[in-house]
Amino acid sequence: MTVTRAPAETLSVLDRPNSYIGKTVPRPNLDRLLQGRGQYVSDLELPRMAHVVFLRSPYAHARIVAIDADAARRMSGVIAVVTGRELEAVITPWVGVLSHLKGLKSAPQHAIAVDRACWQGEAVAAIVATSRAAAEDAMEHVVVDYEELAAVTDMRTALDPATPVIHASLGDNLAFERTLDAGDVDQALSDSEVVEAEFVFGRHTGVTLEPRAVVADWNAAEARLTIYQGTQAPHMVQNIAALHLRLKEAQVRVVCKDVGGSFGIKVHIYADEMATYALSKLLRRPIKFVADRVESFNTDIHARDHRCRGRIGVRSDGTITAFEIDDLTGIGPYSMYPRTSAIEANQVVNLVGGPYVTANYRARARVVFQNKNVMCQYRAVGHPIACSITEGLVDLAASKIGMDPVEIRRRNLISDDAYPCASPSGMKFEQLSHHASLAKLLQMMDYGALRAEQAALRTRNIHRGIGFASFIEVTNPSATFYGVGGAKISSQDGVAVRLDAQGSVICQTSITEQGQGSESLTAQIVGSVLGVSMERVRVILGDTDNTPYGGGTWASRGAGIGGEAALQAAKALRQNILDVAAAILQSRPAGLDIVNNRIVNADDGAPRIELNELARIVYFRPDTLPPGIQPELMATRHFVPRQYPFAFTNGVQASWLEVDTETGFVTLLKHWVVEDCGTIINPQLVDEQIRGGVVQGLGAALFEKCIYDERGQLTNANMADYLVPMSGEMPDIEIGHVVSPTQETELGAKGAGEAGTAGAAAAVANAVNDALRPFGATITEIPLTPQVILTALGRI
Amino acid sequence: MKAAAFAYARATSVMNALELLAAHGDRAKVLSGGQSLMPAMNLRLLSPDILVDVGGLAELRGIAVRGNLLVVGALTRHVDLLRSPEVALHASLLRDAVAHVAHPAIRNRGTIGGSLAHADPASELPACVVALGATIVVRGPAGERRIAATEFFKGIYETALSPDELLVAVEVPVAGRGATFFFQEYARRHGDYAVVGLAASAVVAAGRFSDLRLGFFAVGDRPLLAAAAGKLINASVTSALLAEAATALADELDPQEDQQASPAMRRHLATVLLRRCVAALLARSELEAGVTR
Ligand SMILES: Cc1cc2nc3c(=O)[nH]c(=O)nc-3n(C[C@H](O)[C@H](O)[C@H](O)COP(=O)(O)OP(=O)(O)OC[C@H]3O[C@@H](n4cnc5c(N)ncnc54)[C@H](O)[C@@H]3O)c2cc1C
Repeated sequence: MTVTRAPAETLSVLDRPNSYIGKTVPRPNLDRLLQGRGQYVSDLELPRMAHVVFLRSPYAHARIVAIDADAARRMSGVIAVVTGRELEAVITPWVGVLSHLKGLKSAPQHAIAVDRACWQGEAVAAIVATSRAAAEDAMEHVVVDYEELAAVTDMRTALDPATPVIHASLGDNLAFERTLDAGDVDQALSDSEVVEAEFVFGRHTGVTLEPRAVVADWNAAEARLTIYQGTQAPHMVQNIAALHLRLKEAQVRVVCKDVGGSFGIKVHIYADEMATYALSKLLRRPIKFVADRVESFNTDIHARDHRCRGRIGVRSDGTITAFEIDDLTGIGPYSMYPRTSAIEANQVVNLVGGPYVTANYRARARVVFQNKNVMCQYRAVGHPIACSITEGLVDLAASKIGMDPVEIRRRNLISDDAYPCASPSGMKFEQLSHHASLAKLLQMMDYGALRAEQAALRTRNIHRGIGFASFIEVTNPSATFYGVGGAKISSQDGVAVRLDAQGSVICQTSITEQGQGSESLTAQIVGSVLGVSMERVRVILGDTDNTPYGGGTWASRGAGIGGEAALQAAKALRQNILDVAAAILQSRPAGLDIVNNRIVNADDGAPRIELNELARIVYFRPDTLPPGIQPELMATRHFVPRQYPFAFTNGVQASWLEVDTETGFVTLLKHWVVEDCGTIINPQLVDEQIRGGVVQGLGAALFEKCIYDERGQLTNANMADYLVPMSGEMPDIEIGHVVSPTQETELGAKGAGEAGTAGAAAAVANAVNDALRPFGATITEIPLTPQVILTALGRI
Repeated sequence: MKAAAFAYARATSVMNALELLAAHGDRAKVLSGGQSLMPAMNLRLLSPDILVDVGGLAELRGIAVRGNLLVVGALTRHVDLLRSPEVALHASLLRDAVAHVAHPAIRNRGTIGGSLAHADPASELPACVVALGATIVVRGPAGERRIAATEFFKGIYETALSPDELLVAVEVPVAGRGATFFFQEYARRHGDYAVVGLAASAVVAAGRFSDLRLGFFAVGDRPLLAAAAGKLINASVTSALLAEAATALADELDPQEDQQASPAMRRHLATVLLRRCVAALLARSELEAGVTR
């Protein structure tokens, strides 16, 4: 690990004896999960609970003329069949816009379609029955009379005057447009070599192992709704459920126990989940909705459906003079609620060219409506697009002037001592380490030897390629991400820590756990700062009644923001404990410390009193404490970044692969990542986040695509036809780190959850083009399927 | 994704199974390993009234050599083919092929009878039995029928089986002197159905093919025994001759378009497989690179 800054003079709270920070400690929840004692929403059974299935539109766009549910209602086990009109009485529609995304527009969306279905998969009726199977049986007997309407499917023609407008009230199919013009692009391009390409990305989705699942339980006696849901943001769900059910937030409790993967898929408000809350209120009983795999593909947000023209200017000495992009993306018929579907394109504009010093940058992004499933934020939002465009253009530029792809990056990446600085799009960088990361990567992969091997194999008609991708990544977002746009999505998080009567610690945090290790990192931080062993720390998360208010876990924010709140809360509790200890021991707080669950002398480490003994005195014999002492063995702290809108991280990836130029099949041989997420709390968790992220990026590069036909039908909505990356195709992924802690927090951690996804596809695409160089073929489209490669090679 | 309600009967004998099938006609479905049937039922693509589970029928199990035939019972699971010494010795093509069928969990349950009866054109085993010149043994109300593998497959998911018949065994001629096999497929991921595949059985003597049976799969509505192979039998194989065979092969294929490949791509991949197969079987690597269409 390379540390870019000299360690501080004094020991920080993180470097205390027996610190867990920087150590691979097993996750506290592992045993529970591995022994099958996890509690996923699907496991939940409540008295009188009913199951809902949604009858979904088979058409991409259709008027609902009539719904005949009489036969279904009479079937055994059926409790109710509810249409959008009927549900409207309970829940109000919503519009997914944010005020800081100027001009963004969308139409009111209903929990269940009213009058009109706008994508294949939109719910048009809910069937509630005593079991899912009974509901599915009844669903076959609900007869809907549809009048099929013209579907807008191709984003390229969505804005044409001849194309029907999906929402007449909006006037056109343009949801959002953003332009940016920094520096002097025309001037820069006029005296440079200019390379241009169109980058095409496959629409894909997150494919969580556990599908979206919710149990909504309206308790009419308490006038309170409890929502058990696999979500990344419980307080956001609370706010929105309350708003649209016309309740006070205090009337809604959101409980989020174990979640089988999220990747951003579960940070949104889905119509069918809203319908489930409303059905519980309407029918006054617990209702469970668990999406099956087919409806997951049809309704979990999709992402990354972009076509982007990119241009780069380069001089013969390798200087990149300008970037220019014109991005187009189709988001489905509605902007998703409440984070909106404009963020992805907005991020593309923000991030293109981001690792480089190039000051001339022009961008246009247009976001259009179409009759396909909704698109919204999925792991590394916008980054894979921006990175693939940027890095693809940089490689094209290098190839144009005959320069090694590493050399052109060396000459243009922002220097490691240039910080703080800002990008042409206004992104502020506190401290990045592009050059240190690249140097480390080259050493890990033994670049020279790899190039020699590549050349030797080429003579034997074996075609391997090396591809690079430098990237930057948004983490630890402040309120500028959503809050300023009017969304009630908290950017701050809170942690409460208390010492119990036997010296164990209960810690309540507003961040959530979906498998990434939030629970572990919280316990590691609290244990380290308090001087308490981790097995004594119990972490409670995912319950709006029982945790501080906060944002949750998304946008690579859990460790950086929730972790800092945990650190500060633990520091405060530690001080409170030392104050009490000093009173008991007739000593000074500054002369004492907590190490290994006991109070010790700060200077010689001599044990003074066990924590459990201190707790016993505080809770059961406060009469023995000196007068005027009121111990506070609980402390709460909140944290939100204020100085920087985002704590940018950076890194670089490389791919080594082989293309069978006869068949078009790609074999991934090796992948390397060096990334800089600041302080590393748990190296194994960070590395596995990176690896998992890379795998999702590799999926995008080679396999994953939601394939729609021209009528807006999703034709591969199952696990046989939608290809997720599987272990057999994955290369070894080697990971290295450079550490530039953020100075905005004492913890110094930035996010690590999305970096892998940001650059993986770009590295693979560059490697494929590198392999194909002798054939003069260049591909700027993903997924790189055998069909795409054979076509580019002119074989078919 | 819950199957519609269905009745279930566990057959106690082949006779009993046949009676049940006779009684329920095409409203019944035979349940073997369930690895194709159950997913289809969960998706409600199929809603049989009754499942006739043949899983308990010992008569349908086992792999044995009888004379110069390797007899493989219908209930032989994919994993058994993978591990059987008899298969390795007498029909190693099946072993090589079945390693490409799905994943261990599915191979632990899926059966050869189920795979052949299911007749997915992208499936490995149907192409193998065609290449091996095997015979499919079926039993129905009127007794036993033996159907040449080349006559058994009729179309996508269609076979010569009638709804009241049970596939009971496969008879494979044991490999003779000089017999060699080649199996390769192009699939997007390990365990996926092939985009194009080839199961080949050959007899090579003195650097020539005295027999060559090329069973292509995923190139049409059923496994295809390529006539183009004829050009290479008892001939001195040159690059030019191989190119001629490749052209003939491309002409005789009528591949389907799907999400993985266009017809043109399937034709192309089939010819790549042909070249690789011939080069491998004759141990002449120069043939592999030589031809481009
Ligand atoms: C994820 C996944 C991946 C797969 N990948 C592949 C692959 O790459 N290649 C491949 O070839 N297969 C693949 N399969 C299918 C698998 O090989 C099945 O096991 C096989 O196709 C069917 O065998 P089964 O015993 O499970 O049959 P079942 O599912 O029980 O039955 C299949 C059909 O055959 C009929 N049937 C079964 N036995 C008999 C009999 N004795 N007589 C008459 N009719 C009968 C049934 O009525 C049914 O119509 C895959 C399956 C899954 C779930």
